[in-house]
Amino acid sequence: MVTTPLLPSDYLDLVSPLRAGADLRGRIEAVRPETADAATVVIRPGRGWRGHTAGQYVRIGVDVDGVRLWRAYSLTSPTDREDGRVTITVKAIPDGKVSNHLVRRAAPGTLIHLDQATGDFVLPQAKPAKVLYLTAGSGITPVMGMLRDSESDAIDDIAMVHCAPQPQDVIFRDELHGLVAEEKLRLTEVHTDTDGMLDIARLDALVPDWAERETWACGPAGLLDAAEEHWTAHGVRERLHTERFRPSVVAAGDGGEVTFSTTGRTVDADGATPLLDVGEEAGVLMPSGCRMGICFGCVTPLKAGAVRDLRTGEITEGEPGVLIQTCVSAAAGPCDIER
Amino acid sequence: MTAIDPTAHLTAEQIEELGRELDAIRDEVIADRGEKDAAYIRKVISAQRKLELASRGVLLFSFFPPAWILGTAGLSVAKIMDNMEIGHNVLHGQWDWMRDPKIHSTTWEWDHASPSDQWKHSHNELHHTYTNVIGKDNDLGYGIMRVDEDQKWHPFHLGQPLWNFVNACFFEYGIAAYDLELGRNLSKRRRKNPEFRARAKAVGRKIRKQVLKDYVIHPLLSGPSFITTLAATFTANVVRNLWTHSVIMCGHFPEGVQVFERRSIKGETRGQWYLRQMMGSANISGSKAMHFMTGNLSHQIEHHLFPDLPSNRYAEVSVKVRALFEKYELEYVSGPLPKQVFSAWRKVFRLSLPNKNPKVKTPDREKELVAA
Repeated sequence: MVTTPLLPSDYLDLVSPLRAGADLRGRIEAVRPETADAATVVIRPGRGWRGHTAGQYVRIGVDVDGVRLWRAYSLTSPTDREDGRVTITVKAIPDGKVSNHLVRRAAPGTLIHLDQATGDFVLPQAKPAKVLYLTAGSGITPVMGMLRDSESDAIDDIAMVHCAPQPQDVIFRDELHGLVAEEKLRLTEVHTDTDGMLDIARLDALVPDWAERETWACGPAGLLDAAEEHWTAHGVRERLHTERFRPSVVAAGDGGEVTFSTTGRTVDADGATPLLDVGEEAGVLMPSGCRMGICFGCVTPLKAGAVRDLRTGEITEGEPGVLIQTCVSAAAGPCDIER
Repeated sequence: MTAIDPTAHLTAEQIEELGRELDAIRDEVIADRGEKDAAYIRKVISAQRKLELASRGVLLFSFFPPAWILGTAGLSVAKIMDNMEIGHNVLHGQWDWMRDPKIHSTTWEWDHASPSDQWKHSHNELHHTYTNVIGKDNDLGYGIMRVDEDQKWHPFHLGQPLWNFVNACFFEYGIAAYDLELGRNLSKRRRKNPEFRARAKAVGRKIRKQVLKDYVIHPLLSGPSFITTLAATFTANVVRNLWTHSVIMCGHFPEGVQVFERRSIKGETRGQWYLRQMMGSANISGSKAMHFMTGNLSHQIEHHLFPDLPSNRYAEVSVKVRALFEKYELEYVSGPLPKQVFSAWRKVFRLSLPNKNPKVKTPDREKELVAA
């Protein structure tokens, strides 16, 4: 009541944004290059951080050019790191706003926003005797989190097949070779620039007992699709655990099926009709205002999918926290509107 | 108010071309909008919070006159910053592009009697869409005054200088009542409307919280300074009300600003909408500090053209907009605050009496456009 209309936390945030009870945030303490286009970001999480399990990822909200963007990255630090810091390792992808920002521009001291760690790409409680890690590119990151964690000590036999264009593109290469020297890991590097893409059938030669191993695979969709097919064909699909960084690519251009999840209605919409009209047509209670994109009376959360700004053609992809103006946005594929 | 339409010399094509040029100005800012702008609003918000905390801290010792003066001045400025550069602009969605849920038009609440969602409806939707359209834009005199010859005179208007002064002193409550459309909704039939009652309750809750903070808790915390702190928060609220009222009067009431008839906006194009905003608003000239304290509403014309552009950009936009006014030979109404306030007040006095001449009508622009 003393601080109305604000909350005491709004004032406390000015001095102690990482305190217990605050919205979960973290402070970037260092950014260390790993390869030419990958870097490890050391983050001091706020007091509310509940820790993670090796292999999990964290969603982080970073302000890039002033706009809060959320992305998920695998945690690469061991769960019992002494200083309580966590790390993510990010590979800059072409046109990737957040990844390029983190690898090339992020400065120590920057506050970022965090969600609690999540994900089920983790080792089971009862550790398997023999494990295979099948990774490509930045798909190595969750596996590195596992390898660094003390959990891995309980596994007797770890084999790893990792694909990268060239030797210098292999993230954590020195550390991996160190593990090999200590005989904690058997590593096969596939350099796709010279060896070509990994033909999944080559596994028989690279890791002859692959079918007996619990396998964790992470990498581009092509590799994971091939692995799933291969493991299924050999009747050992239950031994394969996969992690996909990009679950689905949104096809832009046409309209799509629009779900109004609060009301529980689904309708087809073309790519030119404002979602406000689509919702109203369907009898959904849509807030509305000027209907020309200036008053922001119609702002609504976009939970999933993609919409196109009818004024600019710009695509906005849905995720928790993204708000759109329904009066100037049309469906650009299936999408889920929280109304 | 002139009887001659100051836009009569423009052809329909010219008006659409003007619209395209304004769109281009808008696109330029949006393309360039980014980190610096985000840093700006965060800095302003942080400064406002620190100033308010410090001022309220100083006021705990308000029995000591220098502390009273310093604390009251600081709190007045903090409240003005909260309402103008921060609240008004955040609630316009000017900062929604940052996707920061803490600085977003859907989540923001301000130090004001009117709850932000009700204000957003009457201000953003009605006033900004129907700017200066008689019968549609209630901001024209707030329903208690006559500010244009074309508005019908009623004996009630004889008292409008007094109504305006009282409204200025308690402006935040005036706005809350206005957002509730109290005048219309207090009729017997409408009073029981559940939607209205819910909104009235929300306003009641908001006012209770505000009053409790400013007039009970803060004075109580001041202990022996109870009375002096009470006087300080009351003064700060009145200063804020007088200031915001003056700035807002300057936006649409000074001489030279045009009003429009209801039928003139039927089938209005984007270019015509822009033109209406240009002719229906007036600026305040002055220093950077003046622009800041008005929440950049000193750039009222630019704000009405681009209500969702970040306020820190209106100054640079105004240079380009002004050039367009010259190019299309339109009058850019602007002047220093005292002059504009005087002009607005003079109108309030003058129009408290019926028109001297037989009713002068604004030419119907739409008709002329069709003819052209």
